Amino acid sequence: MELLVSSAPPAIPHSRWLLAHAVTVFAFLYLPIVVLILYSFNGEGVGGFPPRHLTLDWYRTLFKDAPIWDSVFNSLQVAFTAMVISLTFGVPAALALDRAQFPGKILFRRLVLLPLILPGIITGLSLAMMFKLASVNTSVLTIILGHGTALISVATTEVFAGLQKLDRAQEEASLDLGANYWQTFWRITVPNLKLPIIGAALLIFTLSMDEIAVSFFLIGRDNTLPLEIWGRLRRGITPEINAVSTIIFVFSLVAIVFWYRLRVRGEGGHRDAAGTEIAEAAEGGLA
Amino acid sequence: MFSRAYKTIVTVPPLLWVTVFLLIPYLLMLCYSFWSVSPAQTIVHSWDLANYQTLFRVNVYWQTLLRSMWIAARVTIFSLLLGYPLAYFLSFYAGKRKDLFYQLVIIPLWVSYLVRAYAWKTILGSDGVLNTLLQFVHLTRHPLEFLLYSPFAVVLTLTHIYTPFAFLPIYAALEHIPRNLVEASHDLGATPAQTFWNVIFPLSIPGMVAGATFAFVLSLGDFLAPLLLGGPSGIMISNIVVSLFGAAYNWPLGAAISLCMLALVVSLLFLSERLEKKWSFS
Repeated sequence: MELLVSSAPPAIPHSRWLLAHAVTVFAFLYLPIVVLILYSFNGEGVGGFPPRHLTLDWYRTLFKDAPIWDSVFNSLQVAFTAMVISLTFGVPAALALDRAQFPGKILFRRLVLLPLILPGIITGLSLAMMFKLASVNTSVLTIILGHGTALISVATTEVFAGLQKLDRAQEEASLDLGANYWQTFWRITVPNLKLPIIGAALLIFTLSMDEIAVSFFLIGRDNTLPLEIWGRLRRGITPEINAVSTIIFVFSLVAIVFWYRLRVRGEGGHRDAAGTEIAEAAEGGLA
Repeated sequence: MFSRAYKTIVTVPPLLWVTVFLLIPYLLMLCYSFWSVSPAQTIVHSWDLANYQTLFRVNVYWQTLLRSMWIAARVTIFSLLLGYPLAYFLSFYAGKRKDLFYQLVIIPLWVSYLVRAYAWKTILGSDGVLNTLLQFVHLTRHPLEFLLYSPFAVVLTLTHIYTPFAFLPIYAALEHIPRNLVEASHDLGATPAQTFWNVIFPLSIPGMVAGATFAFVLSLGDFLAPLLLGGPSGIMISNIVVSLFGAAYNWPLGAAISLCMLALVVSLLFLSERLEKKWSFS
């Protein structure tokens, strides 16, 4: 199989153009990121070519900036709790879609996946309306509920994709040998779904850290990091924002490398990244 | 194999949660879209179509909706133009570097979307990186003003953000094409161009439709890029919803606009699903 897959089609004269195109697209994708990182060291501010007076001052300002760190703390709290909620409901939802028949299943499936593709403001506004009607004040808690709900879609799609590849014989054997459903779930089902679950968890965490549209409608007194940055962008910009973004980017890269290692080890070199299944599952799941 | 109790336990909690936090809010939004706001800024529970009438009577609303669709359409086209050849290159020509290139397409997705939009602002501004670079090398004397606060800036930024989203399903579709089909086509004497247009391209259409749907739907509802980079001429429909939610405090009208977007998005998904089925070979 591997032999068949790796045999390349005959080279065509246009492949040089394709290479040039690929290089151009990569330049386009990375230009803002390079600029962002470069200008976090620029003493003169966020613009101006060439960068002048390279300095670490913006990082020093950043480390003394209490509101930013408060918002980072809030975001971490939101992301972590939302991740727990999404997994708590998203994993059973995937099992239900895979194994149970119930009235309204198709509607349920579409409803769960909707926040993935629907503009975030629609989900945010509708939740804000409900909280308003129920006289619930907006706060970090409402943001957590919003993220936790919207991101169930991620947990469900990832785990559902994993369940399609799962061999049911193991679960069957476990049940036949006298284990109950609870034991079978924790000892057979979850270990077999380890990779999709960790993948979903990482993705939910990252998406929540970056989420702004839903949060925008559910924000109380305490800002999440994106909303804090958003507020500052409207007041005027300094490379401090570049600095905090650079730090977060570095952390994300570490997470990607961690995930990639795990994946390669778990699937014998199978190439994939968190997010691919989302694209594929969302496409298939909405069908 | 799974008992009734097992099925109940995995079904009921997610079902309840999704009903309370998704179904009810969406239905509530539907109710809101029929209500109105009194001069004293309280919600009046009167059931009529006044908001929808406003939507089609007041020019700014439907014009902004059309402009958003036009911006989203351009973003979709550019994302496909950038994403398709890239996916094709990766799938057929990248050889051993496939993995690396693939990761390189994914990595920008891990940089905050807000931050990338902001980075474009620092590049395109009148004293931004691009303008000062152009003056530094004496290509221009004055900053080019059209770069920022224009629909151009919004289309550029959204294309940057959604190209990987268009790329992913196209790449997946290309990867699923059995390579012996390509070889058979070659062995039977087809030129590379014929092989591409008669074998590869038709098989990649479902992926392309999915990628285009992602790019269009996600950029249609965007509100950050227009607010950061769009200026008055680059305002999109979501910005109107946000302003109706905030300063104007007209939630019912905002709900009516949101529902129009929702209807548009759902019908597009339905359409793309049909197209994908029609073109899928399995």
